[in-house]
Amino acid sequence: MSNPLTKTAWSPYLVGAGIGILSWFAFATANHPLGITSAFENTAALAGQAVAPSLEKSHPYYVEKAEQGESPKIGWEWMLVLGVFVGALLSSLFSGDRTDLKVPPLWRSRFGNGTAKRLVVAFLGGAVMMFGARLAQGCTSGHGISGTLQFAASSWLFVVAMFAAAVATAFLLYGREGAKNV
Amino acid sequence: MFEEPIRLGLGLLTGIVFGFLLQKGRVAKYHVILGQLLLKDWTVVKIMGTAVVVGSVGVFALVDNNQTSLHIKPLLLGGVLVGAVLFGAGMAVLGYCPGTSVAACGEGRRDAMVGVLGMLVGAGLFVALYSPLQSLTKMWGDHGKLTLPELFGVSPWLLVAGLVAAGLLVVWFVESRPRRREPLETPGTRHAAG
Repeated sequence: MSNPLTKTAWSPYLVGAGIGILSWFAFATANHPLGITSAFENTAALAGQAVAPSLEKSHPYYVEKAEQGESPKIGWEWMLVLGVFVGALLSSLFSGDRTDLKVPPLWRSRFGNGTAKRLVVAFLGGAVMMFGARLAQGCTSGHGISGTLQFAASSWLFVVAMFAAAVATAFLLYGREGAKNV
Repeated sequence: MFEEPIRLGLGLLTGIVFGFLLQKGRVAKYHVILGQLLLKDWTVVKIMGTAVVVGSVGVFALVDNNQTSLHIKPLLLGGVLVGAVLFGAGMAVLGYCPGTSVAACGEGRRDAMVGVLGMLVGAGLFVALYSPLQSLTKMWGDHGKLTLPELFGVSPWLLVAGLVAAGLLVVWFVESRPRRREPLETPGTRHAAG
C-alpha cells in the first residue's frame, strides 16, 4: 500500500469533505469561519501604520476600525494564511509535486513565453482580485465556502456573480479555441 | 496587536490542514483553476460543493448545541456585486484564488508569489480608499446580515437537507457517466494524436 501523504492527488470529494470537516473544527475551536483575505487587509493596514504611525489617529480606516474594536492585528486568520503556505509546502514536499514555474504552460500556449508579461499580469490580477474581495468582505473561502454553508444571502449572491465574471473573463482571455488546450 | 497564543496556534494548525488539502486537491495549479473557469475541469466545483454540503451539516449541529455561532457577512449590495465582479475578473487573470495562491506559493509557483505581492497592494488600496469606498459599498443599500432561511421563512435544516440531497444527486449523475481523462500539465500533447 502506498502512503496517501506521498500521493500527488486526492479525490476532490475527499478533499472537499476534509475542508467541510475542517470548518466544523474552526467553528468549534475558534468560533471563526475559514477565510483568507481579511488577513491581507490586516497586513496592509499594519504595514501602513508602521510606515506612518500618525495614520492611526488621522485616517478614517483606523479610526472606524478602532471604534468597532477591530483594529488591525495578527490573529487566528493571519496564522491560518501562514498555515496554508506551510501545509501546501509539506504536501508538495511529501509527494514531490513541486515546481518553480514562472509561466504556466496553458498561459504560454496563448500568450507566449515572456516571463515579465506573465508576472506583471499576475501582480495586477492579484491586486484587482484582493481589492474586490475586501469590497465584498470575502473570497472563495470566506464567501464561497464558509458563507454559503451558513446560507448567508450575501455569500450566495457573491458566488454567482463572481463565477459569472470569472468564466466570462477566462473565455475573453482564451476564447473557445484556447479552451481546447486545457 | 496579537491575539492570545492559543488562538494563534489553532489558526496555524487549521491553516496547515487547509493548505495540505488544497495542494492534494490540485487546486493550487493554474491549469486546474483556468480549466474550471473554461468549464473543462470541474475539480474546483467538486471540492467547494462537497465542502459546503459537509460543512453545513456540522456547523448547524454545532450552532444548535450552542457550541458556536453563525458569522454572516452583511448584504451590502454595491460592495458584494462590484466586489464579486472585480474578484472574478482578477482571479481569472491571476489563475489562483486567494487561498490557492498562498498554497501555490507553498508548491513553489513563482507567478503565484508575485500575485500575492499584488494582493497585498490591492488590500492596501482598499485600506487607503476606505472612506470614499463606503458610498460605493452602500450604493444599493445595506440589507444587513440576511440569511436564506430568514428570507424564505424556513428552518435552516430544510436547506441543509436540500443541499445534501442536491449534492448526492449531482455526484451520482456526474460519476455514473464515462470518465474524462485527467488534464495534463503540458497542453497540446494530448491532442497530438487527434
